[in-house]
Amino acid sequence: MKARVTITLKNGVLDPQGKAIHHALEGLGFGGVNDVRAGKMIELDLADGTTDPEIEDMCRKLLANTVIENFRIERI
Amino acid sequence: MKTAVIVFPGSNCDRDLAVAFEQATGQAPHMVWHQETSLPDGIDLIGVPGGFSYGDYLRSGAMAAQSPVMRAVSDAAADGRYVLGICNGFQVLTESGLLPGALMRNAGISFVCRDVKLTVANTQSAFTNLYDAGEDIVVPVAHHDGNYFADTATLDRLEGEGRVAFRYAEEVNGSARNIAGILNEGGNVLGMMPHPERCSEDAHGRLDGKRIFDALAKSA
Repeated sequence: MKARVTITLKNGVLDPQGKAIHHALEGLGFGGVNDVRAGKMIELDLADGTTDPEIEDMCRKLLANTVIENFRIERI
Repeated sequence: MKTAVIVFPGSNCDRDLAVAFEQATGQAPHMVWHQETSLPDGIDLIGVPGGFSYGDYLRSGAMAAQSPVMRAVSDAAADGRYVLGICNGFQVLTESGLLPGALMRNAGISFVCRDVKLTVANTQSAFTNLYDAGEDIVVPVAHHDGNYFADTATLDRLEGEGRVAFRYAEEVNGSARNIAGILNEGGNVLGMMPHPERCSEDAHGRLDGKRIFDALAKSA
């Protein structure tokens, strides 16, 4: 079984990379982009029976820094 | 005073820090590899050096914070030993929970590598007591992720408890309240982005960082 963890910066935390991407899109002539937030995605290939709390523990201890980041877990 | 410098794969300021420790204490530090599970007996001061530990994978300092030796460093910190984290070392200390907050990508996106002016905000700590109150010093920075972030309550607490050790006297990386270095609650752990080991001998052209090492050497 697999799970996909999506890590994003918390609201209100400045995202310089998102801002740079935003500027680059505008430079390419794409109008109408209000905001860009960059994050990361981690795919986990897990032993059958791995529980949601176990995956959450992985996120809290290593995959995300909960001072600045949120995480979302999806099973795929 | 017995000292140690932690070495991670990708550390690149470990030898500079070792020289600074040796010049201040008269004794070469123990160089401790990240896979070690304990520190040599009787270590008074541990240096967590700058560099790009584990290639900055996942987040700067995140992998190093989980390495076996960091458990020993956390135990030593809890026991009141001095811990000095510089640049990537500061990132490792926040990731391992020894210091609050996080160091994010510089607000201006670019890697910043230049001399910057700092104000010494706390001149009472074991690390900073050889500086004069409100003194400005010039210390080089070299980092991509030095933008200090913490929630408002944490920032207020750091300031209220005198735990901001250094502030940038100019705009450098977008850090909250211009924070360049902070102390833990016990005052025995300091993390800072600027590199005092790069301005601690005559050949460096400036000695502004040397007093941190001299202050530590006389405190144990």
